[in-house]
Amino acid sequence: MNVVGPGRTHVEVRHGSYHDSVTLLQVSSRLGALPDVAAAQVAMATPLNLDVLSSMGFELPATVPDDLLVAVRVDTAAPDPEGVVAQVLTGLEEALRPRRTGSDTGGSGEAAARTTAASLRRDPSPLVLVSVPGAHAATEAWDALDHGASVMLFSDNVSLADEVALKTAAADRGLLVMGPDCGTAVLGGVGLGFAGVVRPGPVSLVAASGTGAQHLMALLDLAGVGVRHCIGLGGRDLGAAVGGLGARSALTALASDEATELVVVVSKPADPEVVSQLEAHAAALGSELVWAVLGPDRPDLTAAAEVVLDRRGVPRPVWRTWGEVPVPGEPGLLRGLFAGGTLCDESMAIAARRLGPIASNVPLDDTSSALDASGPGALSAALTAAGHAVVDLGDDTLTVGRAHPMIDPTLRLEALAEAGADARVRVVLLDVVLGHGAHPDPAAAHGPAITSAVAAAARGGRALHVVVSLVGTAADPQGLSRQGEALAAAGAYVLVSNAQATAVATDLAEGRG
Amino acid sequence: MMLPDAMSASVSELLSGPSSVTTVGVELFAQALADQAVATHAVEWRPPPSGTEGDLARVLADPRRAEANRSALQRVLASGAVLVDVRPAHQALDLRPGTFLHAGPPVDWDRASGPLRGALVGALLLEGLADDATEAEGLLAAGTLRDGSPIVLDPCHHHGTVGPMAGVVSPSMWVFEVADPGSGRRAFCSLNEGLGKVLRYGAFGPEVVERLRWMSAVLGPLLQQAVRRRASSEAGPVDVRSIVAQMLQMGDEGHNRNRAGTMMLVRELVPELLELGADPGQVAEVVRFCNGNDHFFLNLVMPACKLALDAGRDVPGSTLVVAMARNGTDFGIQVSGTGDRWFTAPALVPEGLFLGSYGPDDANPDIGDSAITETAGIGGFAMAAAPAIVAFVGGDSGTAVRTTRRMYEITLGEHPVFQIASMGFRGSPVGIDVTSVVRTGILPQINTGMAGRVAGTGQVGAGLVTPPQECFEHALTALAAEVPDRS
Repeated sequence: MNVVGPGRTHVEVRHGSYHDSVTLLQVSSRLGALPDVAAAQVAMATPLNLDVLSSMGFELPATVPDDLLVAVRVDTAAPDPEGVVAQVLTGLEEALRPRRTGSDTGGSGEAAARTTAASLRRDPSPLVLVSVPGAHAATEAWDALDHGASVMLFSDNVSLADEVALKTAAADRGLLVMGPDCGTAVLGGVGLGFAGVVRPGPVSLVAASGTGAQHLMALLDLAGVGVRHCIGLGGRDLGAAVGGLGARSALTALASDEATELVVVVSKPADPEVVSQLEAHAAALGSELVWAVLGPDRPDLTAAAEVVLDRRGVPRPVWRTWGEVPVPGEPGLLRGLFAGGTLCDESMAIAARRLGPIASNVPLDDTSSALDASGPGALSAALTAAGHAVVDLGDDTLTVGRAHPMIDPTLRLEALAEAGADARVRVVLLDVVLGHGAHPDPAAAHGPAITSAVAAAARGGRALHVVVSLVGTAADPQGLSRQGEALAAAGAYVLVSNAQATAVATDLAEGRG
Repeated sequence: MMLPDAMSASVSELLSGPSSVTTVGVELFAQALADQAVATHAVEWRPPPSGTEGDLARVLADPRRAEANRSALQRVLASGAVLVDVRPAHQALDLRPGTFLHAGPPVDWDRASGPLRGALVGALLLEGLADDATEAEGLLAAGTLRDGSPIVLDPCHHHGTVGPMAGVVSPSMWVFEVADPGSGRRAFCSLNEGLGKVLRYGAFGPEVVERLRWMSAVLGPLLQQAVRRRASSEAGPVDVRSIVAQMLQMGDEGHNRNRAGTMMLVRELVPELLELGADPGQVAEVVRFCNGNDHFFLNLVMPACKLALDAGRDVPGSTLVVAMARNGTDFGIQVSGTGDRWFTAPALVPEGLFLGSYGPDDANPDIGDSAITETAGIGGFAMAAAPAIVAFVGGDSGTAVRTTRRMYEITLGEHPVFQIASMGFRGSPVGIDVTSVVRTGILPQINTGMAGRVAGTGQVGAGLVTPPQECFEHALTALAAEVPDRS
C-alpha cells in the first residue's frame, strides 16, 4: 500500500448513503486514476476500512459503519488542488448515481413503455408523434411537454380548449405543438405523418393545412426549389380562438434557423387580427414571409407555388402531365373523390366558379352546399346528388373505424365504381398523394378500378373521364413518374397541379373545349 | 417591437433533423420514420378504461401537476428514518381506553372482516375490558365498554401510525417511534409478534394474549432502554432507512421478506441490551424473540415508509399516492393532491401458498397497512431484489425482475437510496402516479401475508395481490375535480 505524502486532502462523511464494497472499490480505483490525484478512497466506514484509510495517512472524523467516507489526496505538484478535489467529487456523483435503464443488467428483457412519459424517461427524444384517438391525445401530448419534447399531434377530435392549453404551455417552455389534426411535417429533411420526400432547400413552410403543404412542397420540388422545414399547425391555429399560438412559435423557431431564407405560411382563410399579429412578429424576427392563404376567392396552391418561385427568381415550369389530354364532349356531372382535405377545398372553389354550387360533405361558404347527411350517408348522398358533388373521404366522419383513404383506398374504390356506373357522371376527379405514410403503390390500387369504370361507361356508349391530381416527387418511395405513367396507362389523365386538374375536370363537366 | 420568444434546445435539435422520434398510436408512422433511418421509440399504447379519458386529459393538463409531483416525490425521497424510542401507545399516541386503531381505511364493526374482528376481540381481552371472546364481541357490536363509554375504531393512518395485517393498536401495546431527523416528524408502529397464531392475523387465543402481555412487560421496556441508550450514544439512533437500503441487497424486499433487515437490527441493538445491566435471562428472551422472528424488522420498515410518504402529503395538484391500506374489507388509497380523503373499493383476495391444510377458501381479502412499503417503492416494487418471494406464485427470478420493471411504468421516479443489485443497482421504482395506473391498467404489485377469513384463525398463507383498479379511478375523478378551471 502506498502511504501518501503531504498534499491537499479532502475527507467527508456522507450519512445514509449505502453502496456495496465492490462498487466502491471500482469507484475508488477509477477516481484514483484521475489526473493529479495521489490517492482516492471511497468506502463504508467499517472498522476495516477505517484502518485502511488511517494507514493511508488520512485524518478521520467520528463515524458509524453506515456512513460513507470519501477521502482524497491531491498530488503535491498539482497546479490547482481545489480543482482536482472538485473533479474527484464530480466523478464520484457520476459513479454513484443509481443506474438507469442503460445499465439495467437484469434478465428477461425490457417491457415496452406503456405511456409516452415512460418511454421518454427511458429514451429521451426531441419529438413525440401522437396518433392515438383524439380523446386520449392530449394526455400523451402533456407527457411529451412535461419531458421537454415537442409534439406532432396527428390525432383529430382534440378539443379547442386542450389545443390552446397545450400550445400555451409549449410556448412557455420553448417547445412546438404541431396540430391537432396535423397530417404533415418535415423537420430537417425528416418527413412525419404523411410527408413527401422533397429536396433540401431554402424555403420553410408553416402550414395550417396538411395536404395543402404537401402539394405546395411537391410543386416547389418539381420546379427545383427545395424545402428546409414544414412545421405543421393544425387547421384551427390561425383562427381567433387559438390566435396563431402555433404559428408564432414556428416563426420563432424558423427565425433562428440559418438555412431558412423564405417562410411560406399556408393556411385556409385566417383571422385578420391573428394575421396582423403574426406579420408583426415575423417583422420583429426579421423573417421574410409569403402568405399562401387558400379560399374561394384566393389564388390556388399552384399560383402560390408560382409566387414563391418568383420570389426565389426561379422560372415557372410547365407543370407535368401524363396521358392523353381528354377532349370535352357532352356535358355531365363532376364527382370529386378526395383523400386530401385542402385539395378537396381547392377543387371545389375552382370548380364552383364555373359550375355553380357543388354539393359536399365539407361545404365551402357560398360556393357549395351541404349534403343532407353526415358520415357514410354523406358519401352516398354525394354519389347520387342531382348536381355536381365533391367529397372529402378523409373527413373525420368518414374515417371512423377505418384508416385514412391515403392509406386504405377501399372506400374510394367503391365510390369510383359507383360514380362510373352513373350515366349522368362525365368526370371523376381524384387526388393521389405519395410519400412516406401513404399507400405504397396507389397506382396499382386505383388503376384497375379506373380502367374498369372507363370500360363500363364505354360499354354503355358514353365517355367517362378520370382526372387525377398526383401529389408527389421523384424521390417519394412510390416514384412520381412510375405512378403517373401507371395511372395514365389505366386510363386517367394525370396532372401534378391540382388547380389544373380541376380546370380540366371542369372543362369536361361543362362539355366545352 | 415584439421580442422573439426563446425556443428550447430540443427544438434546435429537432430542426437539425431529429435523431430519434417517440411514436404513440399508428404503427405505420413509426415504420415511415424507420424507412427514413430515424430511430423510433414506439409506445405500446392501449386505451385506458372507457370513461376515464376526460378526467385524464383534465388532470394531465393541470398546470400544477408536474411541479407538484416533483416536489412531493422529492420530499418523500428526502425523508430519513431513525429509531428514536419505544413507548406504550397510550403515551406515544395518547390513546384512551376504548380507542383501538386498525389498519386500512375507516370501517365499523358491522363491516369489519373476520381477522379484524378477531384482533379487536384480542385487544379487548389484552386490555382487560372483557373476560372472554363472547363478551368482547358483544361489547364491540354494541359499540360501548361495560361502563357505557364508547368504543372508538380509528385508522392507524389517522394517527401517524401503521399496523401490519389487522393493525390493531390498543393503549397498553408498545410502539416503535421513528423520526425523520431533518424535520423531526414522527411515525409509529406496533412491535411484531411473529407468525402463525398472532393478533394481527386475527387470532386471540390465550397464547396470543399471553405473548402480548410479555411484549408489554418485558420486550417493550427492554427495547426502550436499548433504543434510548443507542440514540443518545455517539453512534446516534439506528438508521432504519440505511438498513432498508442494505437489506434490499441481501435478498429482502422489506415487506414479505425481512430476514436480513431483522438480523441487522438485532446486530445494532444487542450490545445496548447487554450493557443495560438487565436480567440476563430477560435479555436473552428478548434477543431470542427478535432473532426468531424474520418479520421483526417489518414493523420498522413500515413506519420508515410512512414517514417518507407523509412528507409527500397535501401538495395541491400532485397525483402521488401517499398511502395504500386495507382493512380486510376495503382497499383504500390516499393521494397527495386530495388531502385525507380515502378512495376505496372492495379488497381482493391474495394468490399464493397456504400453510398446512388451509386453502384459498380460508383466506380473507387483503388486509393491513403494510402496503405502505410498496407505496414507498419497496416490497412488491423491489421484487427483483428478493426473487425468493415470487415462489409464492410459482414464479422465477425472471418473474421478479419483470414485476419490478413493470412498476417503473406507474411510478414517478427511481429511489436514490433503495437500489436493486440484480438490475445493475438501478433505483427502485418509487412514487405511484394515479394517472399512470389508470392509463396503463398496471396495478401496484403487493406482497402480503394472508389472514384466515374466520376470526381467531390466524395466518393461513402468504402471496401476492393488487389493489382494485377502482380506487385509482375514484382518485382520478377527485383529482380532476380539483383542477382549477382554465381562465
